[in-house]
Amino acid sequence: MIERAVAAPAARLRAPARRRALRLGTPYALLAPAALVVGAVLGYPLYLLVKLSFQRYGLPQLLTHHGEWIGFANYTRIFHDAQFWHVLLRTVVFTAANVSLTMVLGTLVALLLAQLGAFMRLLLTTGLVLVWATPVVVSVNIWLWMVDYEFGVANWTLTKLHLGNFVHHDWFANSLSGFGVITAVVVWGAIPFVAITLYAALSQVPEELHEAARIDGATFAQVFRRVTLPLLKPIFVILTSLSIIWDFQVFNQVWIMRDQRPTNDYYLMSIYSFVESFRVSEYGFGSAIALTMVLIMLVVTFVYVRQMVRIGEAE
Amino acid sequence: MTIRRRTLNRVLLNATGLAVFALMIFPVYWMVSTAFKPGIDIQTFSPKWFPHPATLRNFTDAIHRPYFWQDARNSLIVVAAVVGLSLVLAFLAALALARFRFFGRRGVIVMIIAVQMVPLNALIIPLYITLSRAGQVDKLSGVVITYLTFVLPFCVWTLRGFVMGVPQDLEEAALVDGCTRMGAFLRILLPLVAPGLVATSIFAFIQAWNEYIIAYVLLSSPGKQTLTVWLASFTTNRGTDWGSLMAGATLTALPVVAFFVAVHRKIAFGLTAGAVKA
Repeated sequence: MIERAVAAPAARLRAPARRRALRLGTPYALLAPAALVVGAVLGYPLYLLVKLSFQRYGLPQLLTHHGEWIGFANYTRIFHDAQFWHVLLRTVVFTAANVSLTMVLGTLVALLLAQLGAFMRLLLTTGLVLVWATPVVVSVNIWLWMVDYEFGVANWTLTKLHLGNFVHHDWFANSLSGFGVITAVVVWGAIPFVAITLYAALSQVPEELHEAARIDGATFAQVFRRVTLPLLKPIFVILTSLSIIWDFQVFNQVWIMRDQRPTNDYYLMSIYSFVESFRVSEYGFGSAIALTMVLIMLVVTFVYVRQMVRIGEAE
Repeated sequence: MTIRRRTLNRVLLNATGLAVFALMIFPVYWMVSTAFKPGIDIQTFSPKWFPHPATLRNFTDAIHRPYFWQDARNSLIVVAAVVGLSLVLAFLAALALARFRFFGRRGVIVMIIAVQMVPLNALIIPLYITLSRAGQVDKLSGVVITYLTFVLPFCVWTLRGFVMGVPQDLEEAALVDGCTRMGAFLRILLPLVAPGLVATSIFAFIQAWNEYIIAYVLLSSPGKQTLTVWLASFTTNRGTDWGSLMAGATLTALPVVAFFVAVHRKIAFGLTAGAVKA
């Protein structure tokens, strides 16, 4: 009798304790599989990238699976490599041009969407979504066809518009106009995401704020600058940093447009790193370039993550 | 006066909207219309704007090119595996983040956001070396695992939003009414987050279907590649057949476009939810 009276509370104590332990462990168990996959396929290669960048790793090393430690040699080589500085400058200019074009045009389309009536808005949104969904490989091929030097629709149109003689004009003859076409592909493909996201954000801004400003005599431009822009700042920060990160590592567009063997006046950072590794078989040097790229982008990533976490906390 | 100005404004706005629509959609239209044109209508100096007379020749040419069917099948296998696996793994992780408070939760959230920013292009070299050591080069499984990594963080993040949208009271009410934990999960939570699961799986579908560079590096032998790699190698013999290239491009884009149009609303929502809270 007494025994049971003592044992019962103990058992009652044990059960909740076990349940609590179970409850404490559950979230970790739920997270574990996903974390394991990401950790293995992302964590290890990231570590290997750092290690490779300090090694000589060519074809013989690839076969024996053993890199040769050479300290900072790859980095000193980068530092003294005129080609690298050219490529870096070109990538920065390319990124700046693409991001500004994407953001400005995307914002304009978003503002247009907000002004349009229901039918026109649906039509334009559908068009944007179609472009958004088009695979990069497909859009590169479309643009290649449109700027074809012989039968391309671009040359015909520009000639008809009297913008010059574009008959048999080869857009890739010099890399500046070639990058013009590449920019067109990138920006065309990026506008829908920016425009639709910004429009979604715009439609969450309370209409009374705009009305109040307009009653106080503000012009359209003033309302945009003083009311809309500050409210949308977080989403602008996110979209801009995402665009910077995406455009800084553009690869596919250049690679496929230039027939998978771009000449060195078409090198961007990602192309340069790829060619040094998979064409020249200097995996160590290629890794050092790639890691430099990651470090440069870390700054942008930091801004993005901070903004996202802030939004996450506001929920 | 003001009424006339307002109508004028409306007309101008609609005209601008129409012009932007035409500019954006033209490349896609040009692809499809070229795909349906016979060769002589493609190779003309002044473009033919409409595919009339139309032909299916380009499509039959495209699908009879070597490896189209193998590569289409490979793409489907990769996509199915990525969607299935990412859905299960992401849902479990999303449950943990949305329904439990635990030590390190904030760290996990920061990691999820940060991981999405890791430039995949920079990781191709070590990925290739790692997978070649593991004997996973030129195998679809290696590609599946790699895709999983860059699809998962986004899926977890979106699904977390959807799970949080289901009030916990509903599940608790079911428990009070005598439902088991598993029963509450199956009957209450799962049906309510189903739209989220659909949206997420289609995001994974699109990512896996459209990806090019990893498949290009990891899958080297023809017939073992995916459809985007097949299409990209089309260009290497260029100056040739634009008609069947555009037909191949149309076929490659078709599944993605169909799915994307069906769910883009939910994806846009997931990205911007809670972004504008002053």
